[in-house]
Amino acid sequence: MATEMEAEICDALYADVGKPETEAHVHEISLVKSSCLFALKNLKKWMKPKKVHARLMTFPSTARITKEPLGVVLVISAWNYPLLLSLDPVIGAIAAGNAVVLKPSEVAPATSSLLAELLPRYVDSTCIKVVEGGVSETTALLELKWDKIFYTGNSKVGRMVMASATKHLTPVVLELGGKCPVVVDSNINLHVTAKRIAAGKWGCNNGQACIAPDFIITTESFAPKLLEALKKVLEKFYGKDPLLSEDLSRVVTPNHFNRLLDLMDDEMVSDKIVFGGQRDEQKLKIAPTIFLDVPLDSAMMKEEIFGPLLPIITVEKIHESFGLINSMTKPLAAYLFTRDSKLQKQFESTISAGGMILNDTSVHLTNPHLPFGGVGESGTGSYHGRFTFDAFSHGKAVLHRGFGGEAKARYPPYSSAKLKILKGVLAGKLGAHIQAILGFPRGK
Amino acid sequence: MGSMPEKPRHGFGSLVTGLQEVCESGITKDLAWRRSQLKGIIRLLTEKEEEMFDVLRDDLGKHRAESYRDEIGALVKSVNHTLRNLERWAAPEKVQAPLVSFPATAIVVPEPLGVVLVFSCWNLPLGLALEPLSGAIAAGNAVVVKPSEFAPATAAFLASNLPKYLDPRAVKVVLGGPEVGEQLMEHRWDKVLFTGSARTGRIILTKAAKHLTPVALELGSKCPCIIDRLDSKRDTQIAVNRIFGGKWSLCAGQACLAIDYILVEDEFAPALIEVLKSTVKRFTATPDCMARILNEKHFKRLSNYLKDRKVAASVVHGGSVNPKTLTIEPTILLNPPLDSDIMTEEIFGPILPIITVKKIEDSMKFVRSKPKPLAIYAFTRNEKLKSRIINETSSGSVTFNDAVVQYVVEGLPFGGVGQSGSGQYHGKYSFELFSNKKAVFKRSFLIEFMFRYPPWDNGKIGMLRHVFNTNYVLLLLGLIGLRR
Repeated sequence: MATEMEAEICDALYADVGKPETEAHVHEISLVKSSCLFALKNLKKWMKPKKVHARLMTFPSTARITKEPLGVVLVISAWNYPLLLSLDPVIGAIAAGNAVVLKPSEVAPATSSLLAELLPRYVDSTCIKVVEGGVSETTALLELKWDKIFYTGNSKVGRMVMASATKHLTPVVLELGGKCPVVVDSNINLHVTAKRIAAGKWGCNNGQACIAPDFIITTESFAPKLLEALKKVLEKFYGKDPLLSEDLSRVVTPNHFNRLLDLMDDEMVSDKIVFGGQRDEQKLKIAPTIFLDVPLDSAMMKEEIFGPLLPIITVEKIHESFGLINSMTKPLAAYLFTRDSKLQKQFESTISAGGMILNDTSVHLTNPHLPFGGVGESGTGSYHGRFTFDAFSHGKAVLHRGFGGEAKARYPPYSSAKLKILKGVLAGKLGAHIQAILGFPRGK
Repeated sequence: MGSMPEKPRHGFGSLVTGLQEVCESGITKDLAWRRSQLKGIIRLLTEKEEEMFDVLRDDLGKHRAESYRDEIGALVKSVNHTLRNLERWAAPEKVQAPLVSFPATAIVVPEPLGVVLVFSCWNLPLGLALEPLSGAIAAGNAVVVKPSEFAPATAAFLASNLPKYLDPRAVKVVLGGPEVGEQLMEHRWDKVLFTGSARTGRIILTKAAKHLTPVALELGSKCPCIIDRLDSKRDTQIAVNRIFGGKWSLCAGQACLAIDYILVEDEFAPALIEVLKSTVKRFTATPDCMARILNEKHFKRLSNYLKDRKVAASVVHGGSVNPKTLTIEPTILLNPPLDSDIMTEEIFGPILPIITVKKIEDSMKFVRSKPKPLAIYAFTRNEKLKSRIINETSSGSVTFNDAVVQYVVEGLPFGGVGQSGSGQYHGKYSFELFSNKKAVFKRSFLIEFMFRYPPWDNGKIGMLRHVFNTNYVLLLLGLIGLRR
């Protein structure tokens, strides 16, 4: 489907969010394909029961963990990567042996109807279904009993999903958002850093991505250099008038467009613009816009931006950035650019996040060996590669015992002699085991 | 026996923020601190053994052998296992990084979640508090334990002793009833582990949703025991011994893992019942070998099962109850009505229904007709039947030819599925339950590919296709042509 319907998919993604063809290929179609291929390649390995060391205490016995499907699962997708965030979880759910209902986001209607039309043609539609719709359909779906619910979106709706799941005690995976910080040290390759930040921010759906860099923290002294480098890179990527560039996604809906305008034009920050600011209401486009030193209590610094606005916050010493990040809720991803290995180590041990990248942005989600997910406000549970398979499986513990090795000491009537043997058995003492198996204590 | 003063009714805000500060200071993350705490638990279990036997007998009438086997001893074994493996579990794990990102390293780093809350249950009041506590500490968290108010002696014991053996800055005990539990849940926790009933589990989950607090639920279920026709007398006796051990020996059947009911072929049932009766007589020769029923409320609940006329008619052994001592003798039923309360609710007591089927294979359909249980037990030598049971039923765990012992196999995860719960723990699984596995991807500035960046053109899209198809040969050829 991803191969044959490439053109249609690109068209739908362009219609929904104005996604440039390259992003459609790189961030959605190719990732869906490689996710499928990875699952196909590893399925047998993932499904294989895992042998577990059964200790002396239950000798003779063998222990295993068997993966089994959870049953019927619900995947609720998001609008910014409407193909990928629908199919990636579905691929894992199928790999784990479940029946799936997919509810694509209504905010990306072209992709939603494309999936509803195409999926039944390519997969077994008795087990894999697409349900389209908005708030009322989603609410109705959430009333039903599912064996797992997988939700990608914002934390407000995430709370509602979790609350609905309570009724049937349904476990959930929540892939939410947050403010992904980028700490930029002065000990870096400036040009490469600027490119990678720009690619992760504006090259990812024009900032409308859960792992897009939300804001930058750098030192007062380094900020001007970083700003110049970013300006240069932006001009190279999008030309002198970014609103005319075909390589920038538009803002998804008028609602979000107005939300971003409110953030930009907020009088607390409007005088802090140092680059960009152009907007086109007709085309729903906002140019890459950079702010310098907006107040930490401005709306822009309190909510997830999810758009092409990039605040740069300056600190005196780079270590101060850690305290600032820890004062906020745990993000889905945190980024650090530096060659200083001591700073890297500190970052790794001090900052808690779903994932972190050193000297790049966003790319960790393409590594299927790394778990992708949030922590705290940025979500619960993780997926990608084997982790998706595990998210939709139950690891059933299976213990095989035989009728040999009967230990009388286990049973009443209890006595201090029996207790002594039990203590030895639990402490792993071989002598006690032998006594137990031989039926000690003798007599009563 | 001193106990902590009950917290003021207006909430636990300062408790939670205090613990958050402790976490941020890094104390709980330090591996040496974690080891010292785990060793503290071992010391508590060793030095206060007699007192523990006393409180468990006060709360539940448990014999010291049962208390040692199911709680104290199991804990010592588990905590020692954690101590032996702590460094390994806490170490970052290297994973593969795709060649195209060379040079790069990808690792998964386990880190503490922060401040966690453990709700214990009354039937294994020590074990269900200290087992999760040890896992949470091993993972580097600060912990609040809320013991069940229905086992007050054990709760008071924990409140007065945990501060003496563990670091009171980071490990706290909060006493109280359901209102206290609800007040605690008004706050945001980095993780909550709840052991108890589905009804209370739902209340916990509802409050957790407001803060996106992740919750692991260890709930109850009707654990079936499938007994195949066993040809040898020895096998039957051993099976019955183990059934006894998995039912009446386990807090008088008041355990989530206890055998709830038996499924057996019509023809084999009489032989089984004979051996059950004689074994019950032998094993209950002395009066203090079985725990008592927790309290009047549960005693009434269990007695009421037997008051149902049709259920009473199905009693083949036992049935007598003593409201003064809150004891019910081991009671065996043969084919009570399937729609009776005793066959639709989790029994959690010393009554054992036996349901007969025509062929033993029919038992799987019966099991599937009920919500997924925490454990399925089966006594059989038939390998085909074993495979079918594993593949055709779903449960937290399956144990063949024994009952409950899976609890002490550290390598096996313990937890339910569906209505019996979500989230698994014990051993390494406890560590993971209370950790955040942070993905860390390290790149260098060394190699930079131009096709990553706009402005886009077909050439770049072509190169990207090669990357995703991991077609490094074509990629290399393209690079030689394209590289600026």
